[in-house]
Amino acid sequence: MDWANLAQQLVNGLSLGAIYALIALGYTMVYGVLRFINFAHGEVFMVGSFAGLYFHRWLKPFCEGMPAPISAAVVLLASMGACALLGVVIEKLAYKPLRNRSRLTVLITAIGVSLLLAYSAQLLFGAAPKGFPQLIENQTISLGGEATVTTEQLVVLGVTALLLVALRFIVQKTRMGLAMRALSNNPTAASLMGVNTDRVISFTFALGSALAAAAGIFFAMLYQAIDPFMGTLPGIKAFVAAVLGGIGNITGAALGGVLIGLVETLVTAYSQNIGIPSGYRDAVAFVLLILILLFKPTGLLGKTEREKV
Amino acid sequence: MKRYLPHTLLAAGLAGAAILHFVSPQLDDYAVNILVLAGINVILAASLNLVNGHTGQFSLGHAGFMAAGAYASSIATLALAPLVAQAGQPAQHALFLAALLFGGLFASLCGLLVGIPSLRLRGDYLAIVTLGFGEIIRVVIQNTNALGGARGLEGIPAWTNLFWTWGTAVVCIYTIACLVNSTYGRGFIAVRDDEIAAESMGINTTKYKVIAFVIGAFFAGMAGGLYAHLITFIAPEGFNFLKSVDVVVMVILGGMGSTPGVVAAAILLTLLNELLRDFEQYRMIVFALLLILLMILRPQGLLGNFHKRPKAKP
Repeated sequence: MDWANLAQQLVNGLSLGAIYALIALGYTMVYGVLRFINFAHGEVFMVGSFAGLYFHRWLKPFCEGMPAPISAAVVLLASMGACALLGVVIEKLAYKPLRNRSRLTVLITAIGVSLLLAYSAQLLFGAAPKGFPQLIENQTISLGGEATVTTEQLVVLGVTALLLVALRFIVQKTRMGLAMRALSNNPTAASLMGVNTDRVISFTFALGSALAAAAGIFFAMLYQAIDPFMGTLPGIKAFVAAVLGGIGNITGAALGGVLIGLVETLVTAYSQNIGIPSGYRDAVAFVLLILILLFKPTGLLGKTEREKV
Repeated sequence: MKRYLPHTLLAAGLAGAAILHFVSPQLDDYAVNILVLAGINVILAASLNLVNGHTGQFSLGHAGFMAAGAYASSIATLALAPLVAQAGQPAQHALFLAALLFGGLFASLCGLLVGIPSLRLRGDYLAIVTLGFGEIIRVVIQNTNALGGARGLEGIPAWTNLFWTWGTAVVCIYTIACLVNSTYGRGFIAVRDDEIAAESMGINTTKYKVIAFVIGAFFAGMAGGLYAHLITFIAPEGFNFLKSVDVVVMVILGGMGSTPGVVAAAILLTLLNELLRDFEQYRMIVFALLLILLMILRPQGLLGNFHKRPKAKP
């Protein structure tokens, strides 16, 4: 057993998992308040990384002379803001007219929104992958032995942890968070208690989309290339992560994301040893999804929801 | 008289397919190609409509079953074509039919494997699982060298013609129409309209869902075989998620649960695809906007429900 290699794979898996976790949070929060899978969430993630690319260009004169971490933070916050706005606009235009319609109707609309975003991006930015600029100076730090961690990976892990703490604070300690939890628990009762459901739903979309934008920028930082269709697969894998953690459960989504990232990286790294080519990488998440739904459909931390007639 | 109507229509349809085949030498190749593609899309859309429309199980993996059928039938004809090369036309036609059926059966086997575990889920979960299975089928093909891997499979004999395509389409529509008007059809519709109520009335919902799924997969597989023997080259990329979405758009545009509407939508969208060929990059944007607007303004579909009144939603 090559321990250094294992350590390396764990570091890589963890940083990929952090990205999945950030996307999964958006799925799970929207599912919590609206009970539907926002198929377009993966595309918001894609828009987030393009926003990062363009904000980096536009804000260059403004960020002149700033230290790199600050200008990177400016780009990150600007993209998160832009995507939060995008999320709210999508919700208002496409999903709000469909409140109380069948779930299928909303799901089909979400697929439509997802295609619209991906193909509009293709029209605007071209289909070819674009290089992503280096936002912070990247150094490789040895972990002892062969294993290394890059500063970018550390930043991704650190900022993700920060965002998770901030999210936990918002959901647990603020009035808006209380309203979100109330809505998720019982929409009718919440609105009878004076919760402004429309505002809470908009806020949830804004929050989820901002996190997806952060994930988009981190993904672009680690993989250095972005394209209009980059959102589809990570989006679906993050959804699997949300289901793994128990959809609707915020801690579960973060946990599921990290697990999916780790499992996917480890399978890719070691599957050749047992005779499976690494090309099966993209199938890992789906196989996991099917296994979860067969054996524990509520996910790791989810609670059973009884269907009322 | 009414009892014999479906059979008369089947015979008329098959005769129509034969006539279409015999006039095809008069048409130019481009027109024939489009007509064949329209036929294939009709099969795909009508079979997905059985699952999505009549049974109400939203599947996003139709392209996966199409791929299974396309590869199974192509492997069969590639292996056996040299044997019938001397035997002449009838043997070749027999082989083609057998290969198409083999492709269909293989796809329905895949449908059974997918259906049994996943059809216990409902709504949005099922959509994601079927999407996942479609992708798994694609990834498996991509990593199997015997199937050409990512490079694809080439040199498939060009045996698809108007008769086989529209003949299959007619049989497909006939089968689905008979099925929907039978006891099974009542079961499908009961499952769609209210699963819990259906279950409490003693309907084995999983059984009906699996039946619809397997039959849908069978015809998707046949359509895949026809497609492979039309294009003569297949690659896993051609059967990705977007192909499934194409078929979903046809079903939704036509109106879920309305066979005439879905058939019309399949033909319309095939033609539209050809007309919009010069505006390729706008095509999907138009489709996406169409989906969103349709769901907001007219969820029963553009052409659907002209034979029945829209029912009130609770």
